Amino acid sequence: MAEFRLPANSRIRKGYTYRAPDAEKSENIRRIRVYRYDPEGGATPRMDTYEIDADSAGPMVLDALIKIKDEVDPTLTFRRSCREGICGSCAMNIDGTNTLACTKGMDEIKGDVKVYPLPHMDVIKDLVPDLNHFYAQYASLEPWIKTETPTPPDRERLQSKEEREALDGLYECILCACCSTSCPSYWWNGDRYLGPAALLQAYRWVADSRDEGTGERLDDLNDSFKLYRCHTIMNCTATCPKGLNPGKAIGAIKRLIAERET
Amino acid sequence: MRNPNRPLSPHLTIYRPQLTSLLSVLHRGTGVFVTMAAVLLVVWVMALAAGPEYYELLQQVLGHWFGQLVLLGITFSLAYHLCNGIRHLVWDTVRAFELKAVYLGGYMVLAGSVVLTALVWVIAYAGEF
Repeated sequence: MAEFRLPANSRIRKGYTYRAPDAEKSENIRRIRVYRYDPEGGATPRMDTYEIDADSAGPMVLDALIKIKDEVDPTLTFRRSCREGICGSCAMNIDGTNTLACTKGMDEIKGDVKVYPLPHMDVIKDLVPDLNHFYAQYASLEPWIKTETPTPPDRERLQSKEEREALDGLYECILCACCSTSCPSYWWNGDRYLGPAALLQAYRWVADSRDEGTGERLDDLNDSFKLYRCHTIMNCTATCPKGLNPGKAIGAIKRLIAERET
Repeated sequence: MRNPNRPLSPHLTIYRPQLTSLLSVLHRGTGVFVTMAAVLLVVWVMALAAGPEYYELLQQVLGHWFGQLVLLGITFSLAYHLCNGIRHLVWDTVRAFELKAVYLGGYMVLAGSVVLTALVWVIAYAGEF
C-alpha cells in the first residue's frame, strides 16, 4: 500500500542561510536551496540556503553546487564526474523535476533554485541516494546477449542497418535513475516494480536482433508487479535528461507479451 | 528494499505537478468516482421500484443544487474516463508515445470530456422545456 507521508526521521526542518559575502558588488545573486542530511549526529534532514554570485560561477546548476562546495561549505556532498551529461552521476531533483545538474542551466530556472536528492530514495548523505536496489533491478534483467546458436567461427554476430537502428533510443540510456525516481508507481511499488529505466533496458535486449533469449525475457517480465505497475503516467519520458522514451519501450514490451498470448 | 535508518527523500510534495501525472491521477480518481456512482444508479433503480413516494424523494434530492453538482461530477468523470480510456487503448498499440503526442492527446482528452459533459447537460435541460 502506498505510503504518502514521509517517515518521522525524513521530515525536513529549516536549515541555515549562507549570505553571499560581496552581495553589493554583484548584480546576479541567486539563492540555491539545498536538501542536506548528515548521517552522523542523528539530526533530521534540513534545507540550507546559499546565496551565490551567479556571474562568477559556471552556467550550470552543477557549477553552482561546486562553487558552494569550494567557497562556502565543503561538507556539501553530491556525486559528479563527467560534467557533460554522459556519466549520470549528478542526477538529482532540480526545480521540481529530475535531471542532471551538469546539463541543467541556471538560466532555465526562475527564482530560487531548489535542489533535492532523487525522490523517494534512501538518502546516504545530502544529495547522494542509495542506488543499490536500482542497480540490482538492472542486474536482474541479465543485461547481456543470450544465445542458443554457436558463434560463427569466422566473424562476429552481424546486424543489418535496420536491426541496428532498432536499438537507437535504447542504448543511449546512462542509468542515471531520473526516470525511475520520477515515476509515482515506482515510488509506491519500487520494491517489486522494475521502473522505467530497468524496463527500457529490458526492451533494449528484447529488441536486439542478436539476442536469442527473447522468450525467457518476456516470461520473466510478464508479472503484475515487475512490468504492469506501469500505468503510462509518462513522467519518465517527460523527465529523461537524454531525451529517451522509457514509456514507449514499456508499451512495446506490453504489446509483445499481448501478441504472444493471442 | 528500504533501509528505515536512512531518511526517505521527499517525493510527492516536491515533484512538479505536470500534465502527465495530473491526468493519470485524474483517471484513477474518476474511475473510483464512477464506480461509486454505479451504487447511486442502483439506489435510483431501487427507488423507482419502491413506488412513487420514494422515487419522488430521490428526484428531489438529485434536483437540489448539490445533487445536480454530484450528477455533473459523475457526467464529467464518465466522459473523462471514457476519453482517457481511448487514449490508453491507443497507447496499447504503441502509438502516440512521443512527448508532443502525449501532451496533445492529454489536451484533446480534456477538451473532449468538457464537450461531452456539456452535450449531456444541454440535452438533459433542453428536454425540460
